[in-house]
Amino acid sequence: MHATASNAATAPGHTGARRTSTDSRNDLIFGWVLKACALLVLLSLIGAAGSTLWLGQDAFRTFGWGFLTSAAWDPSNDQYGALVPIMGTVGTAMIALVVAVPISFGIALFLTEIAPQWLRGPVASAIELLAGIPSIIYGMWGLFIFAPFVAEHIKPWLMNNFSSEPPDGQVSWLVQHVPWIAKFFSSEYPFFGAGVLTAGLVLAVMIIPFISSVMREVFQTVPTRLKESAYALGSSTWEVVWDIVVPYTRTAVIGGVFLGLGRALGETMAVAFVLGNTFKFSWSFLETGSSIASTIANQFGEAQGLQRSALMALAFLLFVVTFIVLLIARLMLRRLATKEGN
Amino acid sequence: MSASLYTTRRIKNVVAMVLSVIATGLGLFFLAWILWETLSQGASALKPQLFTKITAYREEGGLANAMIGSLILNFLGILIATPIGVAAGTWLAEYSRRSRLGPAIRFLNDILLSAPSIVLGLFVYTIVVLPSKYLSNGNVTFSGIAGGIALALIALPVIVRTTDEMLRLVPGTLREAALSLGVPQWKLTTQILIRSARSGIVTGVLLALARISGETAPLLFTAFGNTFTSLNPLTPMASLPQIIYEYTKDPSPDINTIAWAGAFVLTMFVLALSLIARFAFRSKVSHD
Repeated sequence: MHATASNAATAPGHTGARRTSTDSRNDLIFGWVLKACALLVLLSLIGAAGSTLWLGQDAFRTFGWGFLTSAAWDPSNDQYGALVPIMGTVGTAMIALVVAVPISFGIALFLTEIAPQWLRGPVASAIELLAGIPSIIYGMWGLFIFAPFVAEHIKPWLMNNFSSEPPDGQVSWLVQHVPWIAKFFSSEYPFFGAGVLTAGLVLAVMIIPFISSVMREVFQTVPTRLKESAYALGSSTWEVVWDIVVPYTRTAVIGGVFLGLGRALGETMAVAFVLGNTFKFSWSFLETGSSIASTIANQFGEAQGLQRSALMALAFLLFVVTFIVLLIARLMLRRLATKEGN
Repeated sequence: MSASLYTTRRIKNVVAMVLSVIATGLGLFFLAWILWETLSQGASALKPQLFTKITAYREEGGLANAMIGSLILNFLGILIATPIGVAAGTWLAEYSRRSRLGPAIRFLNDILLSAPSIVLGLFVYTIVVLPSKYLSNGNVTFSGIAGGIALALIALPVIVRTTDEMLRLVPGTLREAALSLGVPQWKLTTQILIRSARSGIVTGVLLALARISGETAPLLFTAFGNTFTSLNPLTPMASLPQIIYEYTKDPSPDINTIAWAGAFVLTMFVLALSLIARFAFRSKVSHD
């Protein structure tokens, strides 16, 4: 560089032209290399969808649309249907959202409106540490600590009040008058902690930091003058949050919820131990089940032939569904980003 | 009338505030509960042999081969993901302004960030592990390099995003000053922009490392596991999360205790990394 610069001073025309052409060639190559790397992001998404679809095509061909609606998962007879894993995935994710969204909202509210300034940083960091804990640790904790806790404290209470075969023998007033409710609270093994509810609760703890950190971030984008105006008119903190902050950030809040949903749907290790890994169809939250990701983790290693293809087909379904959920999440969060820019 | 309205509003407010404090308390309670259990359950297995013995002789209570395997796998993952991620992030921030592809890739990168890691593991199984049978007389071989690639796929979007965000924070005047002196674009990018965004990019790499250190699912069908110490990335390799997974499923309580000790080491490693990333470099990186 220095040499060319001094040369350029003595003979400007010749070397200068060469330098410009070398530079523009290098610039072009450099740009292409960078672009190729960026395209790898695109390729890995297409590749993940394409490879699972490709290796899952046998299962899709053999079972057709019935793959989605069949509750059979029977490796000994080579019959595979995705219904039970789909129900388990959706059921656990829904429980996780129902529990995690209000708690995350509470945390975001606390961190943006209630807590004294000196407390906000440390508490926010602590909640984010929850997101840093590896999912396998959630799985262990779920299996050894939380599932026994559910079996001992939560499940008996739920069954006593909502099931038609309660451990204490007295069918509750509610179940006597609204019998269909018992369908959701039956359990073949009443003293067993694993099940859809337990897995959903473990997932809830896992996604709380994701949802609450998005909520906190978007709550902070609400212009102070809007909030102060409401306070000046005599609003209470709750009224400011419910009538000013939430309407202003609604789209992004829903985006954050969908982001948490995407995480919950695709999570493997946190639910692999606490779901029970059974393939019997049931409407009950207290029954064991299986999710798409946990089925793959448990069976792919030993699977051959059609079973392997069915697992790949499951992976494809999971990928497509999470892709759509995350797409919605990012679209909703992006609209906030543009709003913020204005 | 107005007094009762005032009371209702006040009660509503107090109830909401109390619930909000309870929610935060719950979040902190779960953090403390999980951290406490990882320490207390594994305490009896936290001995020097945890770091010196290997999992082939399980009763000796060692996880050394898994820790070495994890270090190698994480190193491979970061080694692959960093140059690609920094390059891709640079393209998004500096080159994609007039292209419609730029916003699309930025958007898809955010989706890849939360994509299910087990599916990414299956993808790497398909493109790396399955074709290995053509190289080794018909046998499908799991390998450390396949595990490293799977982890790289998970680290990649984190690095792309932080690089992109950090470069966009570099003031435009810096670019204009360099360009007006006749510095070519590639030199401006590598020697000025990336250098001035360096600490932010390092933060991104550390966060990516923290993220992949705890990943289990993508390693199950790629690096697979190994009961002995393996330093050769062309052979199957053990990793700490995968051994914790195996030992947790084990019916023996003694083996479970070793899993807890491994979990404690892993959690401390990951939390220390993310704390270093956040506080040592003190930059505003979002990481949802």
